[in-house]
Amino acid sequence: MTPEEQNFMRKIEAEEKIEPKDWMPEAYRKNLIRQISQHAHSEVIGMQPEGNWITRAPSLRRKAVLLSKVQDEAGHGLYLYSAAETLGISRSEMIEQLQSGKAKYSSIFNYPTLTWADVAAIGWLVDGAAIVNQVSLQRTSYGPYSRGMIRICKEESFHQRQGYEAMLALAKGSPEQKAMAQDALNRFYWPALMMFGPHDSESAHSQKSMEWKIKRETNDDLRQKFIDQTVKQIEVLGLEHPDKNLKWNEERGHYDSSDLDWDEFWSVINGNGHCNRQRIEHHIAAHDEGEWVRDAIAAYNEKKRAKKAQNAA
Amino acid sequence: MSDAIKAATLEYATRLGDDAVVLGHRISEWVSYGPFLEEDIAYGNVALDYIGRARMFYTYAAELADDGRTEDDFAYMRSDREYRNLLLMEMPKGDFAYSQVRQLFADVYYTLVLPELLHSKDETLSAIAAKGIKETKYHLRRSREWVLRLGDGTEESHKRTQKAVDSLWGYTHEMFDMDETEQMLADAGIAVDVSKLRDAWHKMVSDILTEATLTVPEDGWAVRGGRTGYHTENLGHMLTEMQIVHRSYPGCQW
Repeated sequence: MTPEEQNFMRKIEAEEKIEPKDWMPEAYRKNLIRQISQHAHSEVIGMQPEGNWITRAPSLRRKAVLLSKVQDEAGHGLYLYSAAETLGISRSEMIEQLQSGKAKYSSIFNYPTLTWADVAAIGWLVDGAAIVNQVSLQRTSYGPYSRGMIRICKEESFHQRQGYEAMLALAKGSPEQKAMAQDALNRFYWPALMMFGPHDSESAHSQKSMEWKIKRETNDDLRQKFIDQTVKQIEVLGLEHPDKNLKWNEERGHYDSSDLDWDEFWSVINGNGHCNRQRIEHHIAAHDEGEWVRDAIAAYNEKKRAKKAQNAA
Repeated sequence: MSDAIKAATLEYATRLGDDAVVLGHRISEWVSYGPFLEEDIAYGNVALDYIGRARMFYTYAAELADDGRTEDDFAYMRSDREYRNLLLMEMPKGDFAYSQVRQLFADVYYTLVLPELLHSKDETLSAIAAKGIKETKYHLRRSREWVLRLGDGTEESHKRTQKAVDSLWGYTHEMFDMDETEQMLADAGIAVDVSKLRDAWHKMVSDILTEATLTVPEDGWAVRGGRTGYHTENLGHMLTEMQIVHRSYPGCQW
């Protein structure tokens, strides 16, 4: 090990944060860029399935809450792009990677939002799963990412509460509303569990990420936490648990549950979800349509600069 | 409050609520379609302000109606023929220039209307105006900046912005019309006499358009009808979408 590497590993061991100007192994930098930009893209693409219901929200209060939530997601995307930029990649490069398919986003957003209850289910389950992951990432070794997570976690817990509360209103509502809630739970429960990623044994980046303390807990441990915490929530809603094999295991102190359909997981990641193409096409279309606007700003600023220079001369 | 004044105030609050909900909805259509992420956030903010304002006006209307209706009954259970919003607010989102020009027209309008409404003898309307004034200051700063940049940006942005100005101009005239209801309320010191604001609006908007190297249109055409429920074809489609879930499950809580 070089002295630089030794110093880097010493900081990691001592739980000191790595900061942008510190020396870091190239693989650490790359791994972080991959993870943070993927996280940022997830926030941004995640605006679509929920945005799909802003114009149809069933009450003014729900409309306002959803608007404010989707707006927060955009804000999270911004913090995370900024955190990734401290590692020497620009936002436009990251957007290019998203649009070309080189960078990924959370596969959960490849599932369609078909009813109003899906918006509630996303708030409750998807944001709920994200929080479990993000709480753990507050202790990540890279300073800007860790600080971003602390900030984001505060807002996400509000999202999760509003999602659950919206679900509760449906579950305690008319029979049609309850059926809508059950249907959304049945569809989103499994993909939410898959948000934690493949089993640790199959996870390409896990081992190194744990060693460098980019990740603090394994995919399977985080998933188990989420499974455990969701059982009681489903009970309170009075809905049926989608997992028929769910069973408390006294010895482990955890719930045992069904194996996930990993073929489906990989199939959706690899492009066979209902919305993979749609999400990226939407992003590209909005980005392309915005080009003349961005050009106008550049031209306007240039004119102002030229004028200023002329006045100064 | 006399019965006549109460009924007129209910109508007035509903009109102002309709303006806010329709414009808020149109702005919300931009979320995830903005030219960059910061704009998605800004659009979300402005839409939220308008939805919030609509809720305050409708809540007051419901209180005056005192017939068990809520803010959502006003927003979701009235048809386009019952809506009383200004036509400008219901025009579709169009391109970015179109939405920003509409926003400028509306923001200048509220910059003039709300300080007058602040002096209303009706305390609730005055309180809603007070909150709106703060929001509008920020809205106008943003839409003004955008129109300047788009008007004086590239050839294409200039062309698009001029086109937007020309296509929306005809819908601005009715913003300054008074009818019997509003006149009665204005005489009672409750409503704003918008007819007196026309020249100030024209001056402020013209100054901004001129600075943006845009041409102020001639007053050749004027479309009217929002306040009587005689709308463009756009509102029906907008409300169809907005009301679909609420109306599909009658009497439900959300």
